[in-house]
Amino acid sequence: MSELTTRTFIRVAACAIAVWASCGGATAGEAQVAVAANFAEPIKAIAAVLEKTTGHTLKISTGASGAFYTQIRNGAPFDVFLSADNERPEMLERDGLAQPGTRFTYATGKLVLWSVKADRVDARGEVLRSADLGKVAYANPKTAPYGEAALQVMQRLGLRAAVAPKLVQGESIGQAFAFVKTGNADVGFVALSQVLQGGRLKEGSMWMIPQAHYDVIRQDAVILKKGANNEAAQALVRLLQSPNIKDLIRSYGYDL
Amino acid sequence: MLLTPDNLQALWLTFKVAALTTLILLLAGTPLAWWLARSRAWVTRPIGALVALPLVLPPSVLGFYLLVALGPEGPLGRWMLALGLPTLPFTFAGLVVASVFYSLPFMVQPILNSMQALGERPLEAAATLRASPLDTFFSVVLPLCRPGLVTGCIMSFAHTVGEFGVVLMVGGNIPGVTRVVSVQIFDHVEALEYADAHRLAAVMLAFSFSVLLALQVYSARQARKGRA
Repeated sequence: MSELTTRTFIRVAACAIAVWASCGGATAGEAQVAVAANFAEPIKAIAAVLEKTTGHTLKISTGASGAFYTQIRNGAPFDVFLSADNERPEMLERDGLAQPGTRFTYATGKLVLWSVKADRVDARGEVLRSADLGKVAYANPKTAPYGEAALQVMQRLGLRAAVAPKLVQGESIGQAFAFVKTGNADVGFVALSQVLQGGRLKEGSMWMIPQAHYDVIRQDAVILKKGANNEAAQALVRLLQSPNIKDLIRSYGYDL
Repeated sequence: MLLTPDNLQALWLTFKVAALTTLILLLAGTPLAWWLARSRAWVTRPIGALVALPLVLPPSVLGFYLLVALGPEGPLGRWMLALGLPTLPFTFAGLVVASVFYSLPFMVQPILNSMQALGERPLEAAATLRASPLDTFFSVVLPLCRPGLVTGCIMSFAHTVGEFGVVLMVGGNIPGVTRVVSVQIFDHVEALEYADAHRLAAVMLAFSFSVLLALQVYSARQARKGRA
């Protein structure tokens, strides 16, 4: 190799390293996000937007909010927590495990009664009183806010005792959905976001449960201590509050 | 009382599932092991592999397939409905069926081992005494294979008690019906009820250790008998 080509080679290599470093080092951050199961679909779309616009990537774990709370209390390495309620993020703030002042409501959840069979669930939820009602799926009320909301609905309709023997419990709203989807449960209390696609019911039949039957499901997000200096975490939180993403979240059946 | 009624209920339910599973496996697994030990047919190999499958298959795979296959839309579920039977997920019977699959190798393997160790001699001796094959099986094979049968029962029972993933997938967490101890402990932990989780976990630890200790003592005694 002549001296000239060697020098050119070194220059090109140096440039390449500089470009690689600026892409890899400065922009492509990564955040680990704990996401309530009801928000599993929207977060995928949001992660895609985040990656496209900022280069940041998300590592997403979905599950029951209560389970995540326990895990975070025990040192789970999450940067951001998107809960299905406002209580657990508040508790994490009190526990000193969340960054103060970062908590905000990213969505208000809607509970529906859903069946995979068409014409099974009527527009007023009378199916819950029918004699041939099969298994009724809901999420574990101890760990999943949507499960707690389902209990409130049954309570306020005076059906708690009547439906109790038919209840089957999923560990999260995701498993409750699976029980109904596979036809193993006749009907189930699930999140509207799980059964909508492009603003329309994907399949089966559902009852939009009136808000009066259950307490408002205010879904709060918070940056956790571990994510305090994580750029991807900050970017996600900013994105969640932007008008475009708010529209996207609404299209999944949430209020905002 | 240290244990709450809920926890006692979960313990009793777990015992019932494990006992019934063990009984079914003993009745079905013994002839299956005998066939696997004696038959020269090539089909024993894939069947043998199928029997051992739950040893390596993640419980979530077994649970997922059972949920889909036994559900009203699944092949087995449809068949059950056609016969006028209820579908199995979320029922006590469903839990027993799942456990039978899950613990099958733990019953068949020890019995199969002891049957293979038997050799031809006792069977030939029985044949020269004009014992029918059935008579030979009950009066010669089973008594000689008792250590394998005992080990199989203990292992199946203990393994069923330790079942978690499959139940989580097909159980539906119904108190007194499908909420077994392992799931109950999981729920306690997830809900931050550590005191309850500790008590139940300690019971399970003591139980599992006792079972394994009993098994050790039993096989040591068998080995001594064998030498004597």
